[in-house]
Amino acid sequence: MDHSAALKSTPLVGVHRRAGAKMVDFGGWDMPVQYTGILDEHHAVRRAVGLFDVSHMGEIEVRGLEAFQLVNYIATTDVSKVKIGQAQYAGMLYEHGGFVDDILIHKVADDHYFLCVNASNQDKDFEHIAASNKFNCTVENAGPRYSQLAIQGPKGLATLQKLTTNDLSAIRYYHFADGEVSGTPARIARTGYTGEDGFEIYIDPSQAERLWLEIMQAGEEFGIKQCGLGARNTLRLEAKMALYGHEIGPSITPAEAGLARIVSFDKGDFIGREALLKQQAEGIKRKLMGFEMRGRGIGRDGYEITIDGTPAGFVTSGGPSPTLNKNIGLCYLPIEKAAIGQTFQVIIRNQPVDAEVVPTPFYKRAKS
Amino acid sequence: MYPENFRYTKEHEWVDAKGDEATIGITSHAQEELGDIVYVDLPKAGITVEQGKTFGSVESVKAVSDIYAPVSGEVLAINETLSEAPESLNADPHGAAWLIKVKLSNPSELAGLLDAAGYKAFLGE
Repeated sequence: MDHSAALKSTPLVGVHRRAGAKMVDFGGWDMPVQYTGILDEHHAVRRAVGLFDVSHMGEIEVRGLEAFQLVNYIATTDVSKVKIGQAQYAGMLYEHGGFVDDILIHKVADDHYFLCVNASNQDKDFEHIAASNKFNCTVENAGPRYSQLAIQGPKGLATLQKLTTNDLSAIRYYHFADGEVSGTPARIARTGYTGEDGFEIYIDPSQAERLWLEIMQAGEEFGIKQCGLGARNTLRLEAKMALYGHEIGPSITPAEAGLARIVSFDKGDFIGREALLKQQAEGIKRKLMGFEMRGRGIGRDGYEITIDGTPAGFVTSGGPSPTLNKNIGLCYLPIEKAAIGQTFQVIIRNQPVDAEVVPTPFYKRAKS
Repeated sequence: MYPENFRYTKEHEWVDAKGDEATIGITSHAQEELGDIVYVDLPKAGITVEQGKTFGSVESVKAVSDIYAPVSGEVLAINETLSEAPESLNADPHGAAWLIKVKLSNPSELAGLLDAAGYKAFLGE
């Protein structure tokens, strides 16, 4: 069936089509999966710079005297630690401890927080936050007011610096500045979903096409490439960054997903706290681990895992790693089997193929 | 683009039959749709493949695609070079990156396949 009429699109859909991108339905959005090829685009980000349209991502703004109280109540992290101009990765949970979503919290002012959330979750997230708002503040589903571009890779700073008067080197990792890019107001964040240095900029949708073309031109001397969701996925997998619907979801808790570091029990009450404390007392039963294929074959999303012929879990994300030239993946394993060196089998088209648990992240960039 | 002497399937395989032997591969359209190919899974020589049944798979970075036998027969040879250089399927799908050679058990199956014009029409080209 053709649902294309109902697909949402970003202001850059015309640019993508003219560039010959292969388009896919990504959670209801008409998005580019690749332009020249996933490998090509992946390597461009690791070695130079790549430009991604991530305008499908959602934005939610919380404003008012008690904006902090609301954000601290819906997030797993200690939001009091976030300074103005800083960004923080957090979980947002249901009472039962499973993920509503994972979010990026930006503190714009004492009474203003800007949240970046997953595209397919933005309406659900907005409703969850609005329904939890027993505080003196407002919640706005601001997605339509922003387009988001990601400039990622070791040459990301040099590329974007050509277009802005803001001193980008002064913006530290997981910090942001409100400034301008090529004369248009922009929230410039040193964040990303690739495991590489880079920036994510939030701009007015009317400026998206112009900036896209200007960034491509600015990056030409560095070998910039337009990158689609295919490369975004291989890059984030190598860096072991979670993807909603794969590593995290309503039936998965932060501790299971290896994200205990984003949970603060000392910060006061938050949604899901009771359930997480209970789980902490009882101990988790499964854990997210990274693996490499040892046999010939590629373990992919959803494939079953067995140990000695007994079902033991499933692959959450898997595929070839272009940087490491190995077949890698993430999977849930029973806690007693969740150890480096544990071997298991991935069922690939009815055949068990050997795999081994390895340390993660698979790829970590050299500190500059 | 699509050789006149080949026959094609709607699942995007091609067959180049000479006498009772045939070479089988995937079409340029198939490799283009898949993107960067990183792995090819083929049967062993000696087994028989049956028309319309899968006999292997091709994997790109993003996806797995089954390969269906366009004709029935015994596998005489497989293209060993593809295990070391699967990316050659992106570069030369109608030539050097053939998949298997079979001895046809029912040559009349060829008549039911598309010719180059029919395949191009099917692709909408």
